[in-house]
Amino acid sequence: MDTLLSSEGDSQRTQYPYVTGTSVIGFKYKDGILMAADMGGSYGSTIRYKSVERLKQVGKHSLIGASGEISDFQEILKYLDELILHDNMWDDGNSLGPKEVHNYLTRVMYNRRNKFDPLWNSLIIGGVKNGHKYLGSVGMIGVHFEDDHVATGFGNHLARPILREEWRADLTFEEGVKLLEKCMRNLLYRDRSAVNKLQIAKITEEGLTVSQPYSLKTFWNFAAFENPTVGATGSW
Amino acid sequence: MDHDATADVNAPHSMGTTIIGVTYNGGVILGADSRTSTGLYVANRASDKITQLTDNVYICRSGSAADSQIVSDYVRYFLHQHTIQLGQPATVKVAANLVRLLSYSNKNMLQTGIIVGGWDKYEGGKIYGIPLGGTILEQPFAIGGSGSSYLYGFFDQAWKEGMTQEEAEQLVVKAVSLAIARDGASGGVVRTVTINSEGVTRKFYPGDQLALWHEEVEAHNSLLDILNASNPEPMST
Repeated sequence: MDTLLSSEGDSQRTQYPYVTGTSVIGFKYKDGILMAADMGGSYGSTIRYKSVERLKQVGKHSLIGASGEISDFQEILKYLDELILHDNMWDDGNSLGPKEVHNYLTRVMYNRRNKFDPLWNSLIIGGVKNGHKYLGSVGMIGVHFEDDHVATGFGNHLARPILREEWRADLTFEEGVKLLEKCMRNLLYRDRSAVNKLQIAKITEEGLTVSQPYSLKTFWNFAAFENPTVGATGSW
Repeated sequence: MDHDATADVNAPHSMGTTIIGVTYNGGVILGADSRTSTGLYVANRASDKITQLTDNVYICRSGSAADSQIVSDYVRYFLHQHTIQLGQPATVKVAANLVRLLSYSNKNMLQTGIIVGGWDKYEGGKIYGIPLGGTILEQPFAIGGSGSSYLYGFFDQAWKEGMTQEEAEQLVVKAVSLAIARDGASGGVVRTVTINSEGVTRKFYPGDQLALWHEEVEAHNSLLDILNASNPEPMST
């Protein structure tokens, strides 16, 4: 333990999060993985930061998306940096793929949980290596799994049902982006901590791109919205 | 809570505070109020919350006075050694990351939000916000402390990229002054520190010289001055 920079008298810790990111959604598509997350960093109920990047590259083959405490995500990125560095230093032509990165993170998260000192995040790892698409999820208590589509937080409740109906393995990039946007728009309407500025990342065998930040149009012009309490004054 | 203000004098000193850091075309401006409170009592009405780390890097401290002071002392010490080893002034980024290291590693024990601001020859003027928990975020401007709650809307409307030094200074002073008007935990004077390629300038705006906001009235020495100034009955029944 780093005794110079922190004290050891802190044995019973389960922290609480301060600056948090909300949902991340990801799914496999024809050429690889697509992932989306907004750029919000909430501080309790205040939407304090609106330009937080929650999708990041890991090595050559993987993409990580995080929700939860941002400081813990920043620390995880440092761990991953070191992991990839040491992997490169072997200089043996091999490189860690998404499955290996997911496994590493699962061990890290579960071991921290056992010490009652979790990294307060839900992570999604996706990538393509040697033609094989991989998409996995791991949370702060070490629960981990792989699937064709995954989400964190509110995304599990709002986005996964849409994906269960509309996801197909042979989605094109355009269809995938539209599907992600349908999910993200829904989250924007219904998740209090959502922010209308998002990024979409795609990873294929060729490589990874994270889009520029952009906003989605929202729709409020419905007759039912204009006078909702006309039939029952005082209701909402 | 009891109405006995003296009951709280042994409460930890906390800087319910307003702190701000803003970049402009050429450098940064840091601003803060000057109130340090222990519970309901104002322990220090003229504190200096803008603390020097190096010649070119300063921080604004908020939250627990003790925690923010000790973090700044450690980081000043580390930066001093780093500068000797490096042979040139430390960068703002290094200073900010050292603050993050301490804040993050001790997140369960510390209660301090810090804004790091400075100027270096590689990146120019930079502001880093390090809130509770130890997240580090580089921002064009940052606000913090209890008074900052009242400033989110203000900055959403008033902030512009690429302001001049005068515009940025006026913005900071106005903002701290507005926060002081509404936040009981902020008050006193407004201090600013400007850092650019030419060096560091400190300014001081006494509380009685700030603009008046809604429902605030002009200050007088005594009622008698008002009564004597205008004869027709200013006292009403």
